[in-house]
Amino acid sequence: MNIKLKIWRQKNAKAKGKFEDYTLDDVSPEMSFLEMLDALNTKLIEEGGDPVAYDHDCREGICGCCSLYINGNPHGPGEKTTTCELHMRSFKDGQTLIVEPWRAKSFPVIKDLIVDRNAFDKIIVAGGFISVDAGSAPDSNSILAKKENADEAINSASCIGCGACVAACKNASAMLFVSAKISQLALLPQGKVEAMDRVNAMVARMDELGFGNCTNTYACEAECPKGIKITNIARMNREFFAAKVVG
Amino acid sequence: MGTSRFQSSLAKKFIMAFAGLFLITFLFVHLGINILVLLPDTDWFNIAANFMASNLIIKVFEVVLFGGFIIHIIYGLVLQIQNWWARPHRYKVEGWSHKSPFSKFMIHTAIIILIFLIIHLINFYFRSKFGEMGEVTINGNHYHDMAALVLARFKLIEYVIGYIIAFIILGFHLHHGFQSAFQSLGLNHYKYTPIINKVRTLISIILPLGFIIIPLAVYFGNY
Repeated sequence: MNIKLKIWRQKNAKAKGKFEDYTLDDVSPEMSFLEMLDALNTKLIEEGGDPVAYDHDCREGICGCCSLYINGNPHGPGEKTTTCELHMRSFKDGQTLIVEPWRAKSFPVIKDLIVDRNAFDKIIVAGGFISVDAGSAPDSNSILAKKENADEAINSASCIGCGACVAACKNASAMLFVSAKISQLALLPQGKVEAMDRVNAMVARMDELGFGNCTNTYACEAECPKGIKITNIARMNREFFAAKVVG
Repeated sequence: MGTSRFQSSLAKKFIMAFAGLFLITFLFVHLGINILVLLPDTDWFNIAANFMASNLIIKVFEVVLFGGFIIHIIYGLVLQIQNWWARPHRYKVEGWSHKSPFSKFMIHTAIIILIFLIIHLINFYFRSKFGEMGEVTINGNHYHDMAALVLARFKLIEYVIGYIIAFIILGFHLHHGFQSAFQSLGLNHYKYTPIINKVRTLISIILPLGFIIIPLAVYFGNY
């Protein structure tokens, strides 16, 4: 395959940045997108150029590190796929691929395609946990959880925090991420104890960090590589109103 | 802990949704009265219009209604401006929500509806309140002849076209807004959300169609 690339290059957080064009021949359709970028970087290094900086770690869709906005889609085309799981066979021979970093005020670009997603960690620090007494392991049947709730909690917990929801949202809203992290705890008995404080703290932190407001476009759900549902956002809204009225 | 009750992004969405749903109920009342102008006897329309203008309870609701409009508009603008700030650097290739296509244009449709609303208020509401109006006598009572004013406007082709465009745009706005309001209020349920989605399609067609039929009937009919 022959691939034409238009990649965002930015030296550092303060530099202006611009798109640069590259052409890559002999791209195998079986290559992952990141392997294709590796090949480009090898070529750039051999030519004495500066390799393209991009985030990656596990390369099997679970760490949430990879974060490329390809031709108008976070993680490129295809449903429930991270960039590392995306293969070049998803594209046509000779196609031009425009690769951009996540764009959000709360996710500033560090270099080229790498953005600072520390804002997500700050939201978790605000309340995305339970304060359990870490004594000896309790009996598994001592705290009963409804099967449907446990399943739903696991689904919410499958969010890998990659930020594709923020990248996809026209408002750069983080509500899918925040609501998934609130839901995974609010659905279980252990999480209910601090539910009101948690939702107040996490929503307040999210607002402080400058994420946009959700206007229910559902682009986040469509683009989420882990299939996190917008029912989580509705649950967060309910939790929040309950906390404001009762709490 | 947390932001004040009305400053939070979620609270703003809640207020926006509540005001939006309230305005939709008002649209149904407004349509119900407007349809009366098509009756052979315009007295019914004049009586209804004058009742809406003079009844004390309705007058209280009028203040609530204007409040609903103002809150919906102001909160809509504040949220939109915050959303623009949240992404100062746009993408070269913009994405698209295939799940709710009209959601991308809520601010644009809102501005067109606001312009129409201002023109509409000047032409009808303020005219009936402060302008010169013809009068009719029904059962010995004097009423403003709102029917004559409406029928005269709907004989003007430019007004008919503007009115139709405005209500088609309103249909687009409602198509996203109706179900979006339920989601913002936290009401998303596997059983009821599919019904809400069907109702939104119905509302976004029936309401504009109901309003559009009136100027078309007046313009092409013998009114």
